[in-house]
Formats: sequence, C-alpha cells, structure tokens
Amino acid sequence: MSKIKHILSTDISDTEIIQGIAQGDNRYINKIYKVFYPSIAHMIISNNGTDDEAKDIFQEAVMVLYDKITQQKFELNSKLSTFLYAVSRRLWLKQLARKGHSRNTSDISDFEDILHVEEDIQQHQEIENKFDQMNEAMNQLGEPCQTLLKDFYIKNLSMRDITDKFGYTNSDNAKTQKYKCLQRLKKIFFTIKIKE
Amino acid sequence: MQRHNFIEWADQYLRGELKPVDAEEFEDFCQSNAEYAQTFEEHKSFLHTFKITEERNLFKAALMEESNKVGSINNQKDFGTKVVSFWSKLQINTGVAAAVAFISVFSTLWLTGYFTDVKKATSDYSALRREMNSVKRNVSAQNKVIQNINKNDNSPKETPTHFGATGFLLTKDGYVVTNYHVVNGADSIQLQNQKGEAFRAEIIHSDSEKDLAILRITDSTFKTAKSVPYTFKKQLADVGEDIYTIGFPRDEAVYGQGYLSSNTGYSGDTIAYQISIPVNPGNSGGPVLDAQGNIVGIISGKQKGIDGAAFAIKSKELIETLNRIPNESLKGNIVLNNKNSLNKLSRTEQIKKLQDYIYIVKVY
Repeated sequence: MSKIKHILSTDISDTEIIQGIAQGDNRYINKIYKVFYPSIAHMIISNNGTDDEAKDIFQEAVMVLYDKITQQKFELNSKLSTFLYAVSRRLWLKQLARKGHSRNTSDISDFEDILHVEEDIQQHQEIENKFDQMNEAMNQLGEPCQTLLKDFYIKNLSMRDITDKFGYTNSDNAKTQKYKCLQRLKKIFFTIKIKE
Repeated sequence: MQRHNFIEWADQYLRGELKPVDAEEFEDFCQSNAEYAQTFEEHKSFLHTFKITEERNLFKAALMEESNKVGSINNQKDFGTKVVSFWSKLQINTGVAAAVAFISVFSTLWLTGYFTDVKKATSDYSALRREMNSVKRNVSAQNKVIQNINKNDNSPKETPTHFGATGFLLTKDGYVVTNYHVVNGADSIQLQNQKGEAFRAEIIHSDSEKDLAILRITDSTFKTAKSVPYTFKKQLADVGEDIYTIGFPRDEAVYGQGYLSSNTGYSGDTIAYQISIPVNPGNSGGPVLDAQGNIVGIISGKQKGIDGAAFAIKSKELIETLNRIPNESLKGNIVLNNKNSLNKLSRTEQIKKLQDYIYIVKVY
C-alpha cells in the first residue's frame, strides 16, 4: 500500500482516476477506496447497514462508474465523490426497499436525489447481465478451452506458446482446438441469450 | 475456403500478424464475400465482448481484493485514526490550556498570599532583638533568627549586622542574663547601662532550648554593684497577675505594663508564659517583674499578627539553667539574691531602683 502511495501522489484529481480506470490501471482502485469509501460506508452503516453491505454497495457503485467509463465517452458533470455517493445511496435505498426496511431510512430517502443516476444504474445492470452471460458461458465451457481462449485472445500468446503450454503435437492441432473452443463458447453464449 | 480457416485468418488479421499485403488481401476478400464479411463482423464483436468481459472481471476481482484489504483495515483503522488525529491536533491546545490553568491557579494563589499564609503559620514567632545599624525591622530577618536558634548555627554570616537587646543583672558580681538568640553568633558583646557606661561581657553559658544566655561582665571598670534589689520567683506566677517590664526597644529604657495572660507560651510551649505587654524588637532579654518586684520571667519574643501576645521565659526555667551550669565555667558561684528591696515601693520608685541593673546588650 505504501508503494502505491508512493507512486500515486496523495492529491489526485477526478480526471486522473477516470483515465486510470479507462486504461485498466487497477492501482487506482486503492485510491478510490481511500478517498470515497469512508463517507459512503458511514452513510450506509448509519442507515441500518452493516460493514459487508457497505462494501457490497460501494463495489457495485464503483462498477457502475466503471461501466459508465468503459462503455461510452464518460463526461464528468459532477464531482466523482458526488456521483459515487449518489449511486451508492440509490443502490442502498433499493436494497432497503427489497428488505422492507423503508420506514427506517427517512433520513436519506427524504432528500431529493442529488444526481439522476437511475439511468446509469439501469445501464449498469444491463451490462452486468450481458457480462453474466459471457461469464456463465465461460464457466460452462470448462477447461482447457477457457484458459486456451484467454491465453490467445486476452493475453495474446502466440500459437507456438499455446502449443507448448497445452502439449499439442503441432500448431495446426492447436489452431483446430482453439477454433473448436471458440465455436463452443459462441454456441453456449447465444443459447443462454435466447433463453433469457 | 473452410470456415475455421477463415476464422484463423481473421484472428491473424485482428492480432496484426499479417503482412500489409496479406492484410489488404484479407480486407479485399471480406469486401468481395459479403457472407464472410458478416462472419468476420460477428466474430469481431464477439471477441470484443469476450475481452471486455475479461477486463471487467479482472477489475472486479481487483476491487474485491481491495475491498477485503481496505475494508478490514478500515474498520479498525477508521475509528482509530480519527481519534488519534483528533488527539494529535488538539495536543498542543490541550497542553497550552493545561499550562495556562496551571499558571493562573498558582499565580492567583501566590498573589492572594496563600503560600505566605502557610509559611506564616509555621513561623509567626518573632524574637525581639533589635537590629542596631539598620533601623528597619525586617520580618524575614527575624525569621532567620528563629531558625538560627533551632539550628544552633554559629556561622558569622548570619549576623552581618549587630543587634541590640536587653539584659539584667543576676548577681551583684556581674552575671547577666539575656536571650540566647541575642548573643548567638556574637563576636563581642557590650553591655551599657542607662548612665552610658559600657562594659564588655563574655558568654558563660547558653541554653538554646530555653533561649537563655548567661553572660559575665569582664571589664575591670565594672564596680561590684550593691546587691540586686529584686528576687527571682521560683514558683509559677498566676494568670492575671499584674506585671511590668523595662527594656530597650530604642536607646532609652522603656517601661511596659500588662498582665500575665497564660501559663504556656508560643504554641503551647511550657517554658514560657504568654504575657500581655506591648513589646518590640529590643525588648528581648528584659525582666518581667510582678507588683512586688519579683522577677517572674524574661521576655523572649512575640507572635506576629496577634495583638498582645508576647512571651516570657519563666524564671523557674532560668533557675534550672543556672543550676545546670558546670562549675568550671563559673568564676565564683552564682548566688541569687533572696532579699527583695522593692516590694514596699511604689511602681515609679521600683523603676528608678531597677534601672541601674538593666543593660542594653549590644552584640557585634
């Protein structure tokens, strides 16, 4: 943690954080926690929430932010802290409503929404669903296909490396295997999609 | 072309593994084959989703990890750091406040004389010798005198000035009694009578506990006096008895009259009486006589801050002290007069007779 503190200056702007997330720099996660978590945790814990619930809500709020950043050109029209707070609040209210606790939350539900984050949350949930499908498909795909596809498409390993790693006799064999895996994944993915 | 070969080709194209010529060929192929072009688009879009999913998963995992790490630290730390930082912020303020409180309390106590009161209670006894060369009667010097008595400290720096007090003859052959605190640390002692004749004297015996000193006139010019007119009372005097004294609070003899107010002295001291006679520095060592002209005590001190509380050492104690003087230090026995020639006289006549036997004691 101290290392990260060293790399990132203590005073960090919202834009820096957004850029960091957009570029997939996970070091900024620590920063986000440090800067934004305490106030949100306080808000949730003082409104019938537990520590774990606070963490869950905050994670989801950050994911909403992440989706917003990665899916479209994100324009920040409020402070990042305000955005995260508003999202967290919205999410927490929803969760409370689900739990049937609504009468005890007057102090946060009475206020008008600071930001209209409903749209962002909905979008996030759609994306979440989409990605859930892919994750589900990957799960169903199983090994070694999962790793093979990740190695090739995500880690950009060469066909030769993959041949060596998975112990195929030649790269053509590996290529065939890769193709089969991909086809299966596609099939599973679209099947799930139809089901829903 | 087989489908899987095309996908392989597409992968190579997407990964940028193809040479520019081959890449162009791929693009041309796609343009000319709409069916494959669509396949390629689908493939591309699927891979995009796939990649983004993975990135997102990674981010989520990192977030989870951070949440576990930060969360657990946060819970303990959150409150702790707040309290600590709160304390460290206020540490200086608290310190300053404490210091101000401390100073103001003690300076107020000091200014209102709280501490001096405490001191006074332990040493409001004032010995009544007089400083001769500086007229100011410094209270703290008086306190020192008292301390000296108890410490039996003969260091010369304790008597930078010389003192005056009173003494009176015990016998006609030149034994004189005064207070120990008068002659303590003396370099030399001179006795002066009211005619102005001065005689040197030496200390024969001193009793610091009873605050008594026995002197003897050593000067050859001293003529043996007629026998002293007074006697010494061996019993306790009664409370309420009419008494008087003659002393030298200044260079002239001063008469003082009063009554015996208590059988004990300063804070219950059984050696002394409490008497009610106005006395001043210089009265120390003066005789206290009753109406018949018997010596009942020797003035030694008074209590500061209390009106009319002077103390006189009982004559009984003087006699005890005289009996304790070792024979070697005496030149001839001290034989106290037992014939009182004052008892029939009026007070003024008594005083006239007495004056010749009472001396200013000057201590250098």
